[in-house]
Amino acid sequence: MKRFLAVAILPFLTMLTACNAVVMSPSGDVAAQQRDLIVISTILMLIIIVPVMMLTVFFAWRYRQSNTEARYEPDWDHSTQLELIIWAAPLLIIICLGALTWMGTHLLDPYRPLDRIAPGKLVDKQIKPLQVEVVALDWKWLFIYPEYGVATVNELAAPVDRPIDFRLTSSAVMNSFYIPALAGQIYTMPGMQTKLSAVINHPGTFEGFSANYSGAGFSGMKFAFLGLSDADFDKWMTDVKSQGDKLDRNAYLELERPSENEPARRYGSVETQLFTAVLNRCVELGKMCMDEMSSIDAKGGLGLAGINNVHPLEYDKYTRRGAIFAPPATYVARICTTEEEERMRASGQPLLSPRDTSPILGAGLPRPSAPLFGVQRRPSNS
Amino acid sequence: MFDNPDLLKAVFGRLTLESFPYHEPILVGTFAMVALGGLALVGILTYYRLWGYLWREWFTSIDHKRIGIMYMILGIVMLLRGFSDAIMMRLQQAIAFGGSEGYLPAHHYDQVFTAHGVIMIFFVAMPLVTGLMNFVVPLQIGARDVSFPFLNNFSFWMTTAGAILVMMSLFVGEFAKTGWLAYPPLSNIGYSPDVGVDYYIWALQIAGIGTLLSGVNLVATIVKMRAPGMTMMKLPVFTWTALCTNVLIVAAFPVLTAVLALLSLDRYVGTNFFTNDFGGNPMMYVNLIWIWGHPEVYILILPAFGIFSEVTSTFSGKRLFGYTSMVYATVVITILAYLVWLHHFFTMGSGASVNSFFGITTMIISIPTGAKIFNWLFTMYRGRIRFELPMMWTIAFMLTFVIGGMTGVLLAVPPADFVLHNSLFLVAHFHNVIIGGVLFGLFAGISYWFPKAFGFKLDPFWGKMSFWFWVIGFYFAFMPLYVLGLMGVTRRLRVFNDPSLQIWFVIAAFGAVLIAIGILSFLIQIYVSIRNRDKLADLTGDPWDGRTLEWSTSSPPPAYNFAFTPVVHDLDAWHDMKRRGYIRPVDGFKPIHMPSNTGTGIILAVLSIIFGFAMIWYIWWLAAFSFVALLAVTIGHTFNYKRDFHIPAEEVVRTEGERTALLAGAAQ
Repeated sequence: MKRFLAVAILPFLTMLTACNAVVMSPSGDVAAQQRDLIVISTILMLIIIVPVMMLTVFFAWRYRQSNTEARYEPDWDHSTQLELIIWAAPLLIIICLGALTWMGTHLLDPYRPLDRIAPGKLVDKQIKPLQVEVVALDWKWLFIYPEYGVATVNELAAPVDRPIDFRLTSSAVMNSFYIPALAGQIYTMPGMQTKLSAVINHPGTFEGFSANYSGAGFSGMKFAFLGLSDADFDKWMTDVKSQGDKLDRNAYLELERPSENEPARRYGSVETQLFTAVLNRCVELGKMCMDEMSSIDAKGGLGLAGINNVHPLEYDKYTRRGAIFAPPATYVARICTTEEEERMRASGQPLLSPRDTSPILGAGLPRPSAPLFGVQRRPSNS
Repeated sequence: MFDNPDLLKAVFGRLTLESFPYHEPILVGTFAMVALGGLALVGILTYYRLWGYLWREWFTSIDHKRIGIMYMILGIVMLLRGFSDAIMMRLQQAIAFGGSEGYLPAHHYDQVFTAHGVIMIFFVAMPLVTGLMNFVVPLQIGARDVSFPFLNNFSFWMTTAGAILVMMSLFVGEFAKTGWLAYPPLSNIGYSPDVGVDYYIWALQIAGIGTLLSGVNLVATIVKMRAPGMTMMKLPVFTWTALCTNVLIVAAFPVLTAVLALLSLDRYVGTNFFTNDFGGNPMMYVNLIWIWGHPEVYILILPAFGIFSEVTSTFSGKRLFGYTSMVYATVVITILAYLVWLHHFFTMGSGASVNSFFGITTMIISIPTGAKIFNWLFTMYRGRIRFELPMMWTIAFMLTFVIGGMTGVLLAVPPADFVLHNSLFLVAHFHNVIIGGVLFGLFAGISYWFPKAFGFKLDPFWGKMSFWFWVIGFYFAFMPLYVLGLMGVTRRLRVFNDPSLQIWFVIAAFGAVLIAIGILSFLIQIYVSIRNRDKLADLTGDPWDGRTLEWSTSSPPPAYNFAFTPVVHDLDAWHDMKRRGYIRPVDGFKPIHMPSNTGTGIILAVLSIIFGFAMIWYIWWLAAFSFVALLAVTIGHTFNYKRDFHIPAEEVVRTEGERTALLAGAAQ
């Protein structure tokens, strides 16, 4: 099979050397397996496509009107055997391809932790995967390294042969995170988290970009992906750490504003929980986090009073905008302070169990003494 | 008066002088050309006093043949617009290298690729497909018109109204900058506050009404109006595919209407269906739009499959091989079309099992499609193939489409899609099936049925020119995109850094130029054919030795299609009649009951344009006024009792007598 594959890939390989087809000659194991699937599926389909094309040309030539020697059977329109064959042949190919698809899709599921870093080389359980948190901004990429407490913009580095766990989200619109040399792409969507597992096998500088159109600055939304040896990666990390800039909430809100063709940038330190805040759309102080909101709603919500717990929005990525027949755009106000919330997140205590059952306080909520519009609040089950 | 901003806003909404792009030379130039062309056309029509004729005989006509022809004209005119967008993109991508920004700024380029997609699908492919179905289906089933003739006229004008709104966005305001499916959050008011997305929404909503109603109409026609003896399994294959397509339309277009309505609620009244905050979810939009969008591609390709079936059978001089399996294959494709939508976004992060399910259902569609290809192949086998233009397009289709089918199945393998999704490989794939399948099919259909519609054949020389330039141009334009996709180049990029890519874009641009010559040759073909119409005339009504009922009547058919409703005994009804020595009846004609023309359709469409325009520009008084007028005209039309008339027997006798003389002349 190996040799067969090698022969089959050969024409492709010659093509790549001519035109640098990165998808066909990637440097990461995941992308390499995806390439193999492309090649195998193509060969499987060529088994039927090539005969069809040859028959088309042959029949067209053979049964041309001027060739009176060819047989002419104007009423021949059915043959059970032939019909069985023409339904069965594609069916067989699709059964093979379907099995391949089922296996390949599960093995190469981007959410599945890697079990090998190269053909025949299993993942060393001792090595912890490199954690990278990715935020697609308008129109640049933010990478946070939670273990190292640093962040970079439009520059991403990873040590060779160490698995990478990406967690991804977006600040405003949909993008797709794609480094062709490394692994297939995955969407980044605001308020949602996607995941990607990958590993880079060869050192080098590779191109990464957004593969989903996201507005005016889309063409410039590129970054360099550096595959580095362990020593080089440590050196690179020391370098990043020595940068004085800190990426805190305010710096993030500044960075998040739309800009095009951003150069690479490094932050020596980064606020903890920044990615969680971005994901839950609550980087702005005073805005309620989405996970908080869902857990409140899961407990019965704030009742009618909740509709008062909003503030007019001053800035939403671009400007403050709302629909024509609607009041100005608003956001849901926080109930606890950012500091309290961060303390809770850091302590790992679940946010879901309220400590007391007195009415919840919030920026736009009525004072505790005021009646809650007669709405019965559910007793807490803590 | 003009310095009171509140008053101006009340009267003109958000329309200001700045809304007119007079500072953009490309648009001003285009406008000058369009204006000059339009003025010339109006001048000619006025000089030859054609307005009355056009109004009486065409605009208000409810004859399915004329409406079909008007659909085709709309499709061809919009093809020119959609293609100019294409060639602008090709030029931009071919020159924007090495620090050059090209000649299109982002806000213009982004509109161009959005408009290209929207126009090619909604206002080129759809009208051409609907037009052919409209013209051919009633003739093939031996009917005198469609089930609801007025609705047919109304549908056409609503489609045209949508097209006119899209064209207006070129010169008043701007078009969407979101890509042809307008994914939120990008298309939400926060990120697209301009009129572009509103033009998109209202153009598609208005055109969608037309498409949906014409779908209802054709389903009813095929189910209820077949000639006696024509059971479902004696239905011509093109009519079968038309039936499946229209079932798809009826079931899929309401989803588009609903999802666009939700998007417009988000944009107009501040709901949160697809917003980032307040529980909105853009993934919902992506799912819904593809639940419409995937059936849409089958809506386009199925009638093309029908055309190829008719053409292969006719020009091979043979019955279609495996008619029954062909019909079942079509029906299976129709059903499966609803079970594959998720393959457009495997990369959204659904689990492996969900992705495999949709990947495998997608592959299963290739089985009936493959069976169809084999059926055409074995229809050619032991035939006597005449290489007239329609047959040439069919052979080109068979060779081209299998490549597109193969890359399509490849993209249905989720792990492969992860590296190819949204790349130029994908762009090459869907152009490969839409040009190589739908468009080649439409050209085959146009050259096949043109003599039926106009009474003369199309000029073969310019037809062959068009054919070769189109086919070779297609390969030059899109094969490089496959290569670029494998080089990891994504779609919708405006500028590039890597100089090694440029040569492929230059080749693709060269291909686009070849296609331009192909389109030009097609237009010349029509002109030359009209000039030489006497030489190319088809007197018999059956220029290709056809097999289905449309060839049994004259070319062009009389208003009533058939003086007597034919009785069907076999699948290829006309072939069967010819073989059994059918003698055309020459007397015993009776008056024929026909529907009357009406101008209501065009009036409603004009009011819809005004309503859409007012909604786009926030001109509320005008929106209210035009909406009330729409209701009033609709209700008013129900009081129109002059809906039908009888063609007197003498006129039928005269028309049929003329045909008898023509046939006698042709026989000599």
